[in-house]
Amino acid sequence: MGSNPPVDDWATDYDIFDASYVKDPVPVWNELRDKCPIAHTERWGGSWLPTKYEDLQAFVRMVPALSSKNVLVVSQKREEMEFDPVLAEYGNSAPPITSDPPEHVPMRRMLLPLFSPKATEAHRSFTENLCHQLIDGFIDKGACDGALDYAVHIPAKTIAHVIGVDEDRSDEFVGWIRGLLEEGNTDLEKRNKYNRILRRFFGELVDARKLAPRDDLISHLLAQEINGQPVARKAVVGMCNLLLVAGIDTTWSSIGSALWHFAQHPEHRRRLANEPELFPSAIEEMLRVYAPVTMARLVTEEVQVGDVTFQPGDKVLMNFPAANHDPDAFEDADKVILDREKNRHIAFGIGPHRCAGSNLARMEMDVALRVWFERIPEFELSDPDAVTWAGGQVRGPRHLPFRF
Amino acid sequence: MRVKVNADKCEGHNRCCALAPEVFDVDDYGTATALNDGVVPPELEEKAKLAVQNCPEYAIEFVKD
Ligand code: HEM
Ligand code: SF4
Repeated sequence: MGSNPPVDDWATDYDIFDASYVKDPVPVWNELRDKCPIAHTERWGGSWLPTKYEDLQAFVRMVPALSSKNVLVVSQKREEMEFDPVLAEYGNSAPPITSDPPEHVPMRRMLLPLFSPKATEAHRSFTENLCHQLIDGFIDKGACDGALDYAVHIPAKTIAHVIGVDEDRSDEFVGWIRGLLEEGNTDLEKRNKYNRILRRFFGELVDARKLAPRDDLISHLLAQEINGQPVARKAVVGMCNLLLVAGIDTTWSSIGSALWHFAQHPEHRRRLANEPELFPSAIEEMLRVYAPVTMARLVTEEVQVGDVTFQPGDKVLMNFPAANHDPDAFEDADKVILDREKNRHIAFGIGPHRCAGSNLARMEMDVALRVWFERIPEFELSDPDAVTWAGGQVRGPRHLPFRF
Repeated sequence: MRVKVNADKCEGHNRCCALAPEVFDVDDYGTATALNDGVVPPELEEKAKLAVQNCPEYAIEFVKD
């Protein structure tokens, strides 16, 4: 990341992997929104970067002109993947996030009931116990890394528990996901390596459940039918893979960003500690202000937006995080207001691909912050310069040295 | 006062149900419906308004009787 040439003109040459952008992208979005409002770059294969809330609201619905077939910023040549034996055996799609209608709908509908509000509430006590155990592990020291000792484990172990894979291997899962999404976002060799590891892991698990079904999520998915046909084995591998990939870095980032915020803003921290009825609106506000996820779309038909033309083959980045800072959609958009009443933020995306795990992610954030505040209401950064961020398509803190 | 959910727009963010569970329900597939034919008693009007203002799909509207 650090070796890219510096950016002079964000409107024509932006770089979402630029270190200063990863650290604080808000000033760039605000400048672009006033100036363009859709920026372009040739970097990383070329893409467009919208910044306005109303543009995002429109773009997610331009299906399949703006297709989900490729949601990553940096793509790979098709031929390179077709000759990979692991991917040939276990597939390389991640439905429903990589599908367009009509295939998208049945795949998505297989997952939705497993992540409904009721289904996710059933996992709350698991996550609560987990958060307490994590805090038990460091509270006597009076210090911890909020990202690595706390936030990361909550989604990693919860999603392992929900999928029915060994929770004790969660550190390994996190390593794979970081390899895939963080280093692998720009380093295709790394991406392939971790993609193969994940596909093989879920491929073998799916094959095992096919032979000997259990009462778990994988067996449940294998038993589903689409148009009267059993769902394809590769599709189930792809879905499980997606749940792990979409469930960890994202929620880790949101929990981490919220803790980072409260560590530095004593007035907000104390208010939340004293007025716990603010948790729901405060969590939505954290999701809005520090929305972690930017997914791409692949242009399949020419689209004209204002004086900009998207050409087939172009990428358009669904910059949900920037839309959440648009002053035309939010009053005092850059200000954190814990009891914000009107908050139509789009951190979980909008339209047909609305995050299928949003209920689970909200439950995890709610538990993570409530348990933290109950046990550690007063905390601060011990070394602000040691905070590090991951960025690009999923943005959040990866080191948070706290003392309390 | 009455509210109506536009099922074509609703994508199951579940914000309405979280903010006004007395007024909205969301099914297993994430589609919301207004309970009680959408009739909102005066004491729930504030909550119903919050739901409208927090639906990211602009799927809920007030309808005049
Ligand atoms: C705070 C945490 C999270 C955020 C901010 C987030 C954000 C998003 C966003 C923006 C999308 C839409 C992508 C697009 O339009 O291309 C999405 C899709 C998705 N997310 Fe999440 N996500 C989070 C947590 C989770 C969790 C915990 C799961 C695990 C179950 C999950 C599973 C999914 C799935 C399956 C999709 C694809 C839905 C579809 O394409 O129909 N996410 N997420
Ligand atoms: S908040 Fe809007 S989109 Fe979400 S479930 Fe309710 S009506 Fe549907």
